[in-house]
Amino acid sequence: MIDVSTSLNASAPDQTKVKIVEPTIFELSSSGRVGVTMPASDVPETALPPEHLLRPDLPLPELAEVDVVRHYMHLSSFNYSVDTGFYPLGSCTMKYNPKINEDTCRLPGFLYTHPLQPIETVQGNLALMYQLQEWLKEISGFAGVTLQPAAGAHGEFTGVLIMRAYHKSRGDHKRVKMLIPDSAHGTNPASSGMMGLQVVQIPSDSRGNVDLKALEAACDDTVVGMMLTNPNTLGLFDENIEKVIELVHGCGGLMYGDGANLNALLGIVRPGDLGFDVMHFNLHKTFAVPHGGGGPGSGPVGVAAHLVDFLPEPLVGIIEEGEDDLPPLYGFVKPAKTIGRMKAFHGHFGGGLVRAFTYIAMHGPDGLKDIAQYAVLNANYLQARLRSTYRIPYDRTCMHEFVAEGRFEGSDVRALDIAKRLMDYNFHPPTNYFPLIVHEALMIEPTETENKDTLDAFADALIKIAEEAKTQPELVKSAPHTTKFGRMDEVKAARELVLCCWLPENFSDQ
Amino acid sequence: MTYIPISPKERDAMLATIGVQSLDELFDDVPAKHRFPKLDLPPALTEMEALDELSGLAQANENVRSDLISFLGAGMYNHYIPSVVDHILRRGEFYTAYTPYQPEISQGTLQAIFEYQSLMCALTGMEVSNASHYDGATAAAEAVNMAFAQFRGKRRKVVVAPTVHPQYRAVIRTYTQGMDLQLAGDDQFPITDYQPSDLPSLVDDNTCLVIVQYPDFFGRVYDYTKLVEAAHAKGALVCIVANPTALALFKTPASMGADIVVGDGQPLGIPMWYGGPSVGFFTTRKQYVHKMAGRLVGETVDSKGQRSYVLTLTAREQHIKRERATSNICTNQGLIALGTAVYLSLLGKKGLRQVAELCYQKAHYAAAQLSKIEGMGLCFSEPFFHEFALCVNRPVEEVNAHLLEHGILGGYDLGQDYPALKDHMLIAVTEMNTKEDIDTLVEVLSEVSHD
Repeated sequence: MIDVSTSLNASAPDQTKVKIVEPTIFELSSSGRVGVTMPASDVPETALPPEHLLRPDLPLPELAEVDVVRHYMHLSSFNYSVDTGFYPLGSCTMKYNPKINEDTCRLPGFLYTHPLQPIETVQGNLALMYQLQEWLKEISGFAGVTLQPAAGAHGEFTGVLIMRAYHKSRGDHKRVKMLIPDSAHGTNPASSGMMGLQVVQIPSDSRGNVDLKALEAACDDTVVGMMLTNPNTLGLFDENIEKVIELVHGCGGLMYGDGANLNALLGIVRPGDLGFDVMHFNLHKTFAVPHGGGGPGSGPVGVAAHLVDFLPEPLVGIIEEGEDDLPPLYGFVKPAKTIGRMKAFHGHFGGGLVRAFTYIAMHGPDGLKDIAQYAVLNANYLQARLRSTYRIPYDRTCMHEFVAEGRFEGSDVRALDIAKRLMDYNFHPPTNYFPLIVHEALMIEPTETENKDTLDAFADALIKIAEEAKTQPELVKSAPHTTKFGRMDEVKAARELVLCCWLPENFSDQ
Repeated sequence: MTYIPISPKERDAMLATIGVQSLDELFDDVPAKHRFPKLDLPPALTEMEALDELSGLAQANENVRSDLISFLGAGMYNHYIPSVVDHILRRGEFYTAYTPYQPEISQGTLQAIFEYQSLMCALTGMEVSNASHYDGATAAAEAVNMAFAQFRGKRRKVVVAPTVHPQYRAVIRTYTQGMDLQLAGDDQFPITDYQPSDLPSLVDDNTCLVIVQYPDFFGRVYDYTKLVEAAHAKGALVCIVANPTALALFKTPASMGADIVVGDGQPLGIPMWYGGPSVGFFTTRKQYVHKMAGRLVGETVDSKGQRSYVLTLTAREQHIKRERATSNICTNQGLIALGTAVYLSLLGKKGLRQVAELCYQKAHYAAAQLSKIEGMGLCFSEPFFHEFALCVNRPVEEVNAHLLEHGILGGYDLGQDYPALKDHMLIAVTEMNTKEDIDTLVEVLSEVSHD
């Protein structure tokens, strides 16, 4: 624990001990500089409220416009990004983000509409949302879709609330257990935990599928359902998927699909057709909404017919049917047994929904299938090129990603070292140490938007690193060497816990 | 295949390396009867056609920059966004990066979020800020989770003021439905007489959190110091939901003794975008840092002795703690948080105060003029910031329909959430409204009152 008597603010940097690459926005501040000038007031003056309601000072920085631009441009140059290179981060689907989406989501009609405007004045927004609901239903095979959830984990929480509400509505109160495979993302158990559910971990079998015997043993009338990512985090399509769903349904449970890996399934198979009851989409993975350095995402949820009434409110619906030349009137509708509202207003309209709509519209049914096919092609190609150098613990045809072991016999080089060394070759590392069931996991998802040359260069780098691990292990263990920043002292960060900028002396009354 | 950079020849070479004949062969694990469904979707558009279609949809809306004069707020506000903000947000290095799990090559995002945390602390007066939540409403719901965890589930009551945004209260209800928690305060008081001093009567030894809004949903500014003291006397924590623009002018929630301060960062340079994405800020006192959900960026040094930044205290989060994490939050609002940091850096101490004062001046001018209209009047007499409840003495829907005919987007209909406030609208005025806009509103509303 930290000593609560200490400040969380940084202290003045001692430049003899620590080198400052880019000062903070507070350190760049200089009293009297102005970044934006607002127009003067054009109304007769009203006295401010009594002094005791006002704040005496506002300790914000003071900079000119050029200072601000240079600062953030410097910072941007410290980032690796999809626009600058290959980003094979497993389960994150770091595909190229088409530039046109950045233009469509910024059309003034979208940017400058208020969420509480009368529906007659926002028919364009509502038509887009309605159409996107319909498209996502068609792509996934579900009967209803809510666009409200803000991210994948938020969609999961929505889905778990719906599953709980469904059982409750049937007077089935003893269901308290959620079945979750050992390969699952951490958000699955966390979403269940938020609902006070008991998590039962189901092991994987030797081929990376759900262990059917263990599943059968866990299935009883206390099961809410199962949360399954398929393809799973090993990048494998469960060979017994129909049996798994049958077992869960057989005990009265519901089947939740984690849509994190939907990129592999577009036009290949619809989760609704397989028997899944609920699934969230990650528009920021599958449908090319950019990740933004950690959000915003967008996590719509699809449900089968028996769960439509439980969706969050509001949904977009047709209020009045159209006729001949007259388009329908779109508006909001409230599902009969709704779980309630998941966030204020209508979801990530501008940042998520408009971009995803543009992306789907530009692909059509054949283009979507191409996405999945080439994502799977690229992953299998990399797996084939790396198989003889890196151990693949579950070695079969993979979907959009695969997991290799980042360790070599007789070497103490670890997955983390390999990840860091890749940076020296100008690649972003794969996800490492996940899934938890693979030792020293390197989880590689190339996506469909990379060409063969890039994949070859990446495979060559990994093969070279494997050799370095034998011949020059120290070189790998101390990587990265060529990046602007070296490995971080993470222990110091957690121990000293400096979470706020140093404020220069007398900053607040400058 | 618009964005796939693989030629047929390359594809065939890759298939040969894999050892299969066709792309379809890669999907043998998928049950045959469901494999390769025919999707009923419209055929693909080219970029030119897509832009045309999307422009058509955007133009089917009436927007508050070129089509309508807006007096609508209620949780989302029409403010001026300096050009620089979007120029920075359009940098591919920022918007096409992932969560900064590899700090050596993510220092841009990490330092920007560290500065965002610092700016939020400066604004609220609090000691620690996380890297953001989805929006103000979910940040408020996470405050409930944190307070509940702080008392290890032993206190099972949350008191929420009826003047907290109705949608925020709805989200808190949704989030807590599995927690066996009592929510009090929603409908215990007649709304027209309610005062914050009514709330302590509901706070007891079983209460983990009291939530109030600042300014409240009706725009009123209260000093909550006494309320906080009363809640603390019962051992409960207090969360203040704050409007960040108002914080440039009014005393900080920290100075009132708040334990948690949350809110929606949209007013800080983020477009309304029909409701999102915005950003939920979450700040608290340092003793609660281990209980707080969400990502946190901390300062450290790298192997070259350079000051640098990393995600820290990750042991609180879902990917480590799994079902024992207090929240499942993973992706947050990184890019939008960056936008607010750029906005605050540009406006700085003088600019933000100036925006707040412009809002205050214009709202007070509007209130003074509107209350002169026969049959209309202000509903409350307390000090207010940039929103106020106006009694229009006839159905708000009717009044707003008339305003719309004159190109004016009227106020929020308070009767939807508060039956006692039927025929009342909540009017918001910002620096975007000129005196001429306000005079037009007054003129058109005067016509309504004479109809």
